[in-house]
Amino acid sequence: MLTKLTGGRVYDPASGIDGQIQDIYVQDGKIIDAPTDGRPVDQEYDLRGKVVMSGAIDMHTHIGGGKGNIARTLLPEDHRLDPVHRTQITRSGNGHAMPSTFVAGYRYAEMGYTACFEPAVLPINARQAHMEMGDTPIVDKGGYVMLGSDDFLLRMMTANKDQKAINDYVAWTLNASKGIGIKVVNAGGINAFKFNQRKLDLDEKNSHYDVTPRQILQTLATAVKELGVTHPLHVHGCNLGVPGNLETTLNTIQGIDGLPMHLTHIQFHSYGTEGDFKFSSGAAQIAEAINKNPNITADVGQILFGQTVTASGDNMRQHANHRFASPNKWVCMDIECDAGCGVVPFKYKDQNFVNALQWAIGLEIFLLVEDPWRIFLTTDHPNGAPFTSYPHLIRLLMDKSFRNDMLATIHPEAQKMTTLASIDREYTLNEIAIMTRAGAARIIGLKDRGALSAGNHADITVYTENADRQTMFSKPDYVFKDGTLVVKDGEVVKVTWGTTHIVKPDYDISIEKDLKAYFDRYLTMKLGNFKISDDEISEDGRGSLTVHPLRGSVA
Amino acid sequence: MTEITEIPSPFCGIGSDDLSIQVDGVKLKVTANGCAVNTPAFEQAITDTQASIAGQPASLAEAVAKAAQILRDTQQPVIGGCATDVNGMRALLAVADKTGAVVDNLNFNVARRNILALQDSGWMNTTLAELKNRCDVLLVVGTDLEAFAPRFFERYLWNPESMHLADTNNRQIIYLGKAPSANASTSPAGKKADVMTCADADLPEVTAVLSALLRGKTLQATSVAGIEISALQAIVDQLKAAQYGVVLWGAGALGFEQAELTVQTLCSIVKDINLQGTRCSGFPLGGKEGDQTANQVCGWTTGYPARVNFARGYPEYDPYLYDTQTMLNNGEADALVWVNAFNANALPPASDLPTIVIGRSGMSFAKQPDVFIPVGTPGIDHAGHAYRLDNVVAIRLKKLRDAGLPSTAEVLTAIEQAL
Repeated sequence: MLTKLTGGRVYDPASGIDGQIQDIYVQDGKIIDAPTDGRPVDQEYDLRGKVVMSGAIDMHTHIGGGKGNIARTLLPEDHRLDPVHRTQITRSGNGHAMPSTFVAGYRYAEMGYTACFEPAVLPINARQAHMEMGDTPIVDKGGYVMLGSDDFLLRMMTANKDQKAINDYVAWTLNASKGIGIKVVNAGGINAFKFNQRKLDLDEKNSHYDVTPRQILQTLATAVKELGVTHPLHVHGCNLGVPGNLETTLNTIQGIDGLPMHLTHIQFHSYGTEGDFKFSSGAAQIAEAINKNPNITADVGQILFGQTVTASGDNMRQHANHRFASPNKWVCMDIECDAGCGVVPFKYKDQNFVNALQWAIGLEIFLLVEDPWRIFLTTDHPNGAPFTSYPHLIRLLMDKSFRNDMLATIHPEAQKMTTLASIDREYTLNEIAIMTRAGAARIIGLKDRGALSAGNHADITVYTENADRQTMFSKPDYVFKDGTLVVKDGEVVKVTWGTTHIVKPDYDISIEKDLKAYFDRYLTMKLGNFKISDDEISEDGRGSLTVHPLRGSVA
Repeated sequence: MTEITEIPSPFCGIGSDDLSIQVDGVKLKVTANGCAVNTPAFEQAITDTQASIAGQPASLAEAVAKAAQILRDTQQPVIGGCATDVNGMRALLAVADKTGAVVDNLNFNVARRNILALQDSGWMNTTLAELKNRCDVLLVVGTDLEAFAPRFFERYLWNPESMHLADTNNRQIIYLGKAPSANASTSPAGKKADVMTCADADLPEVTAVLSALLRGKTLQATSVAGIEISALQAIVDQLKAAQYGVVLWGAGALGFEQAELTVQTLCSIVKDINLQGTRCSGFPLGGKEGDQTANQVCGWTTGYPARVNFARGYPEYDPYLYDTQTMLNNGEADALVWVNAFNANALPPASDLPTIVIGRSGMSFAKQPDVFIPVGTPGIDHAGHAYRLDNVVAIRLKKLRDAGLPSTAEVLTAIEQAL
């Protein structure tokens, strides 16, 4: 079937198209060049007056995995406020902070998103992450596999194993867990917490292993680079939420020695200690460091006011922050000599000085980082706010007067501690398209997604131009997933199933000899039973795997 | 005849995955690493492979059509049991969503003791590999651990090597409440567990005292439920001096009213120890007959654990109202679907309602259900996934034989399509 999208104003930064009127042709799920053989168009959509972008990509959102399911189970009262009825074509469920998987898929699609990436896939919990993502309809998905607090890596580093051996282990884990990138959460800190260390600075040694977070970051960033994995090492830094962690973050940037590194939810890592409350914005210094270091990318992890739940692998910091739990209940887990997790409900309040300043710090970072290709729109769903708040966040970025109106309502002392009012920048539609589409596809390493040129998958979102950007981005006119119309006027009209994006770097199979011995001696599962097979993703008849090329390989 | 090795078990809850099984046609024989729970569960013979309608043989298609017909005419069906693998639960929840059914795991009244504590105040828990490599003090509260899982000690405590303990023989095992039924808790070097017994019904008081001592409260009593306060103080001291203490309980063994409060006390003890500067973790037992699987899949599909009602067109959770037995007793249900792919002895509750049973081959009924469809067992007749007791780890179940039995998921999906 040949589909023509006629006359829309196209924002396709990957192709250098910034608001030109263009027709787009779609056939067999892909975008094609305008046919020259005169064959008839089967279906035409009149997009005159509409804004056309590729489907949005959330490069960091906690949509699948054990900690998310703990968060769901922990908060029945939150679900009761947001029940979702079944329809003829969609399943029922519940929403708000940590929605059920079906609801998450529908709501992402209804906002024009066509791909989501779970950033904290514990290797031992990867099956669950994939099963949950397998029950998340419409959107494509993928995961970053967590390393850095696993005993196997720390033993290797303590034993001074060479980088090649570590690369083999990292590649093996990526293959066994079916991920597209590598994530580090509080490098070594989750492990140190098991030895009763309650904090771990960048150059502080694990009390058992002769290893510092800085060394872990360097080792893993090197492995990612040498293996040719496109997505840079995805780093949740040390000292999350600690006043003064700005210094740690700047040190982390310097300490990576120019290797590619993605700093996630950087808002939570940009705090100073100035002022009466010993809590201040480090956004200017952080943004300056990002601007100066082209190897660094970041997503913001914006907080927005209201009830949410924080779900993190960083049980060291989550345990320290449990006193802020609202409602007052929380979960921490140590997990399988692999990692951990912590789940703490939060209610961010605009009249709370710290929360109000966190809000301002996130926006300052968005607005002070100059290159939209290196900064990404996230709330670290659900940690800063549920993903459903993205249209509101986009309005804050695109509409200075709206932003300043909001700023005027927050805690007065926080207003004094932020430069936000003096920042004139307003994001353009093209910059939003970079942050949420082209840039995201590039940083994740997605071939043929996030762009509207011929050969790309036809993941396309169509909006009605509206000066109120929140309204505009809340309710797309059309969303096409792989060429199929899945959303019309902001509602799901057809349910499809996306693919799972992975990479498969090569490794020396002899690493399994060491791993088998380790599994047999210390772990609770046989090595062969640990590895996830392809049919586990596809046997339900809906899932599929899409392997993306490594750097330097022929695409 | 073939032998298959490294077989994971969905029966014992502790994720044993080192079984060897000899397969001779449809006959299975456990040849290595069996136990009193797993061996009979794997070796149970297949009896019936044919579906039936009111006791009369029927084709699978006829039975599916009849089941769909029954469900089509209902206002409030109840799907009980819910003992199957991940794909089985996925299909079950799809049927429930379409028919407006209650979904209720057969073990929920036990799991509820943990879930209510979790939903009220949370917990700090750990998993098997941490226990195996770190735990130097294990406090077992109110449960006979080796009866629950015969290989627990062998696999996770008396492992010859551990990453973070010099000698696993030196682990300190303390029983509070029930005494162990045999000697699995005695270390290979002969070190015996400390045992302090009391009646189950006294555990709320005993654990409350433990909590008070931990918080430095002065007690006037010198003993509680026959246990010296000084002995309880010694437990507190041991947990506080531990490298990595673990407090283990089995909700199934806490058979007294409001046991969730005792679970909550144990969870708060663990949190308090961590706040006082020592690492400690909780460890709830469970994971049998798909209970964790049901709660996990229901969790990501609805946001709630496995006692929900879809009657309003969306899932509602109530840990008491949607109990299968309660609904039957109160006349609130108009059809019963019973799903148990693991245990042929776990039969549906007695009821005069139209009843559909999707069960492990070998079920024998006092009263023939309207529809019975024998299904394969996950991990024997088809591949699948099941959750271990520690909730994080889903094990990949293997297909061991081909007896021509459909999976729970296949049957329920066919019923859903036929609705």
